[in-house]
Amino acid sequence: MSEQKKVNRRDFIYTASTVVGVVGVGAAAWPLIDQMNPDASVKALATTEVDVSLVKPGQSITVLWRGKPVFIKRRTENEITEAKAVSLTELKHPEKDEDRASNPEWLVMLGVCTHLGCVPLADKGDYNGWFCPCHGSHYDTSGRIRKGPAPTNLEIPKYEFVNSNTIKIG
Amino acid sequence: MSEHNYQPKSKFGKWFNDRLPLLTLANHLTDYPTPKNLNYWWTFGGILTFCLITQIITGLVLAMHYIAHADLAFSSVEHIMRDVNYGWLIRYIHANGASMFFLAVYIHIFRSLFYGSYKAPREIIWILGIMIYLLMMAAAFMGYVLPWGQMSFWGATVITNLFSAIPLVGESITTWLWGGYSVDNPTLTRFFTLHYLIPFLILGLVVLHIWALHVPGNNNPIGIDIKKPSKDTVSFHPYIVVKDLFALLLFLILFAFFVFYSPNVLGHADNYIEANPLVTPAHIVPEWYLLPFYAILRSIPDKLMGVIAMLSAILILAALPWLDTSKIRSAVFRPLYKQFYWILVLDVLILGYVGAMPAEGLYLLIARIGTAYYFAHFLIILPILGKVEKTLPLPMSISEPILGGSLNAEPARSKEDFQKL
Repeated sequence: MSEQKKVNRRDFIYTASTVVGVVGVGAAAWPLIDQMNPDASVKALATTEVDVSLVKPGQSITVLWRGKPVFIKRRTENEITEAKAVSLTELKHPEKDEDRASNPEWLVMLGVCTHLGCVPLADKGDYNGWFCPCHGSHYDTSGRIRKGPAPTNLEIPKYEFVNSNTIKIG
Repeated sequence: MSEHNYQPKSKFGKWFNDRLPLLTLANHLTDYPTPKNLNYWWTFGGILTFCLITQIITGLVLAMHYIAHADLAFSSVEHIMRDVNYGWLIRYIHANGASMFFLAVYIHIFRSLFYGSYKAPREIIWILGIMIYLLMMAAAFMGYVLPWGQMSFWGATVITNLFSAIPLVGESITTWLWGGYSVDNPTLTRFFTLHYLIPFLILGLVVLHIWALHVPGNNNPIGIDIKKPSKDTVSFHPYIVVKDLFALLLFLILFAFFVFYSPNVLGHADNYIEANPLVTPAHIVPEWYLLPFYAILRSIPDKLMGVIAMLSAILILAALPWLDTSKIRSAVFRPLYKQFYWILVLDVLILGYVGAMPAEGLYLLIARIGTAYYFAHFLIILPILGKVEKTLPLPMSISEPILGGSLNAEPARSKEDFQKL
């Protein structure tokens, strides 16, 4: 057996034991890291049903879903026309209004500014939609970002009409 | 470090010291040779130690009464203010103590910048200092969340959302930090835990900071290397101890003024409204000590780049010992650097001011110019200045400028003249 071969064998044992050690420490650390992720009770609150029968055109309500505000806006004809008239080339984050509001009368979206998470104010800003007071992002009547530091449009959560008066979010 | 031939006088002392040389350490700290020309800007190390201990003690007591729960935190803080014996005093000391801590640390940092204390052989002291500063910001931010007022809640929302700017994994990291889909009870409890932990991490780093300081010894206002111990040094005790205590006394007058006469002037009225996840306050403004970085964040119209710029503004300081190419430490002998130093001070103050103002129009323009200048100072001006600046001749020792008159009026002798004497 040559001297060279002995050294290689020792190297292999060192490397193998280090790898086993690293994997072991990683496996032990994972529960400590993962415990910080949303727990079962937080996940259990992941859907909300909302009665929207009292909302008139032009009005909007804000409900809490997963600790975040959700805007449910019943849009007027003017607001819908305005939202549809915008050409996609003008938009920072191009999305058609039809894709954001499948039923154009109802716009359901997270009331969380995509910049740093503040709640935008309704019927304010340069585009008659929403305006975030924190760092000055302007959103249009479809909740699309038009001006300011926010990178994307206001997020549309997963939702469906359970019946004509009830929206289920989540 | 100086030689340690210390022998305890008592028999027990000797017996103990042979087993654990604590008395040798105490003797080193007492006799530690210190440059005799240290001015009052050098007293802030001691003041900062005092601030840290004050925060730990008052924080410990507050934690005995505070309840880290989203439903109870706000009222438990009011309970401390109204019901707990001296609770108002302890809480006001803790809250204003954070501001005093930052005031002292900024003076301490800018003293280093003026006298070149970050240069070789003190780079590790400097980097440890930056790490302490980062941990201080983390502790201050999390502490501000604990009362669960409107500013607490929305400050936490905005700052944790900074992580969502990270490509691909940003959203998962933010959810992980929150322990939910928004800032809520799990966020509060973990912030409380970390807020309790961080001061002790800072304490550990402070020990390393002082240890690293005691290897080369203190820098001094003329920034030259001195022989230790020598005619140029005095022992730490009693000279520096007494001077530090006197400076601390003056500092405490300011501290007491805030605590007793305007305890809320540095805070925000909105934080006396309980957290409401449906309403964002009209103006979200961080505490004054974070404003310059906030201005940098807002000056960049892109989310990810804004976050990168803000973090770089702090981390760039760690590279400072290598960005500043000048071998001369003290600004006293660097006529051009001295001017740029004061422009930087002004720039940071202006950034702090516009950070408190709405990010629009003229304020935004000023913030952008200020941000550009801040980075230019470190990345362009300092590297070039070290190569082109004509510096003034350095004195041969500390005693020389003192005995020879004022620092600037009388140019020191050249090396040749000195050797002739």
